Amino acid sequence: MVDVTMTVNGVSKSGAVEGRTLLSAFLRDGLGLTGTHVGCDTSQCGACVVHVNGQAVKSCTMFAVEADGATVDTIEGQAAADGSLNTIQQAFQDHHGLQCGFCTPGMVMSAAALLRDNPKPSEAEIRDYLEGNLCRCTGYHNIVKAIMAASGQDVAAIAAE
Amino acid sequence: MYSFEVDKPDSVDAAVSALQVEDAQALGGGQTLIPTLKQRLASPSRLVSLTGIAEMKGVSSADGVVTIGGGTPHATVAAEAASAYPALAALAGNIGDPAVRNRGTIGGSLANNDPAACYPSAALASGATIVTNAREIAADDYFQGMFTTALDEGEVITSVRFPVPDAANYQKFEQPASRFALVGVFVARFADGVRVAVTGASEDGVFRWSEAEAALSDNFAPEAIDGLSLSGDGMISDLHGSGDYRAHITKVMTQRAVRAAG
Ligand SMILES: Cc1cc2nc3c(=O)[nH]c(=O)nc-3n(C[C@H](O)[C@H](O)[C@H](O)COP(=O)(O)OP(=O)(O)OC[C@H]3O[C@@H](n4cnc5c(N)ncnc54)[C@H](O)[C@@H]3O)c2cc1C
Ligand code: FES
Ligand code: FES
Repeated sequence: MVDVTMTVNGVSKSGAVEGRTLLSAFLRDGLGLTGTHVGCDTSQCGACVVHVNGQAVKSCTMFAVEADGATVDTIEGQAAADGSLNTIQQAFQDHHGLQCGFCTPGMVMSAAALLRDNPKPSEAEIRDYLEGNLCRCTGYHNIVKAIMAASGQDVAAIAAE
Repeated sequence: MYSFEVDKPDSVDAAVSALQVEDAQALGGGQTLIPTLKQRLASPSRLVSLTGIAEMKGVSSADGVVTIGGGTPHATVAAEAASAYPALAALAGNIGDPAVRNRGTIGGSLANNDPAACYPSAALASGATIVTNAREIAADDYFQGMFTTALDEGEVITSVRFPVPDAANYQKFEQPASRFALVGVFVARFADGVRVAVTGASEDGVFRWSEAEAALSDNFAPEAIDGLSLSGDGMISDLHGSGDYRAHITKVMTQRAVRAAG
């Protein structure tokens, strides 16, 4: 076992991990941050997306020891301290961007990474960016709509197809 | 996964010595290796992480050659090679998905040499040089069949040098479930001729389509290969497409790449 320390959602967290402990397992089992979902555990679905040093990564495909010393942001850090949702989360709620909600943590974290790099993405750019985030419920349409709305764009034009 | 330790050296020399331990294996971005470990298809005693080695990261360009550190993630290549070698940057920017591109590295991709991976076609078509801790290997000698390369045990790809062609383009016919190439064709036109490298198609991994190279060197236009056909023999045949289908798509992708390269 080795000790790791990382800044998770702004707070320094430490724990002992094995070499093979995945970042997703450390977050969920070690720190109790179960908002990061593990859907496939095979790098396909993106439910486990978190930010490591500001970059979207699949936490099921990175070892916790590799994040030693890093800044990690998860879905738990997205809402304000008083529980009010951030812009992206609120847009998901307003535009019905989730049904079962399993994919949502990864979707929100991917959307946050996209909007940071590209504050006004086109519909095509959003769909392209979400290539690694699978949703089995929504058909993606309302997710795309929510992300467009969160970026301050008019979504009337992409009303239900 | 079986149990292992993870080393995090900060120099190539330290990584190379750490890899001398029996059953030690290099860890790049882990986007191929971690899934492999989960399936227990590999059981290293120790992983030597290359991601903390600053000298193996980054993109630079000088005298018509773009050099990419072996530990450089795909997303960095997409951003930083965009002006010096746009076709290569575009290829990197279309590998997998954004999260894969933030972790996966060029060294890992070339070391793995997946028959459906994108980078091998760019390296072969560009006539790149694969630089390791021990030597320099020409792309023509480097790729030796599916998942097989000229690398020795414990050898680390420290950088890759790409001569920049006068015109180039990569066309990927994507297999949407895996996000890899069902067939991908990289066409590169240099002053002394055209090189065409095909990934995803052959049971022998990435290969150069020499008939198309000859025809395109005479006339760099999509019609130049109208009369050519590739055989489906020796092509990968699976539920996503037969060998004949892949052979056909190879020609179509080659023509599209030539048209796009202009
Ligand atoms: C969902 C998904 C989609 C993908 N889509 C594509 C795609 O469209 N096109 C594509 O080309 N690839 C694709 N990939 C693969 C991806 O590009 C990987 O990043 C890449 O193949 C391996 O790079 P890595 O740095 O992650 O290497 P790792 O997984 O860490 O290592 C792979 C192998 O290379 C060795 N290795 C790693 N670095 C070095 C080095 N510097 N020197 C020597 N040996 C080294 C390791 O020991 C291991 O054997 C995809 C992967 C996933 C998960
Ligand atoms: S759980 Fe990580 S990609 Fe599906
Ligand atoms: S809302 Fe159910 S998987 Fe996306």
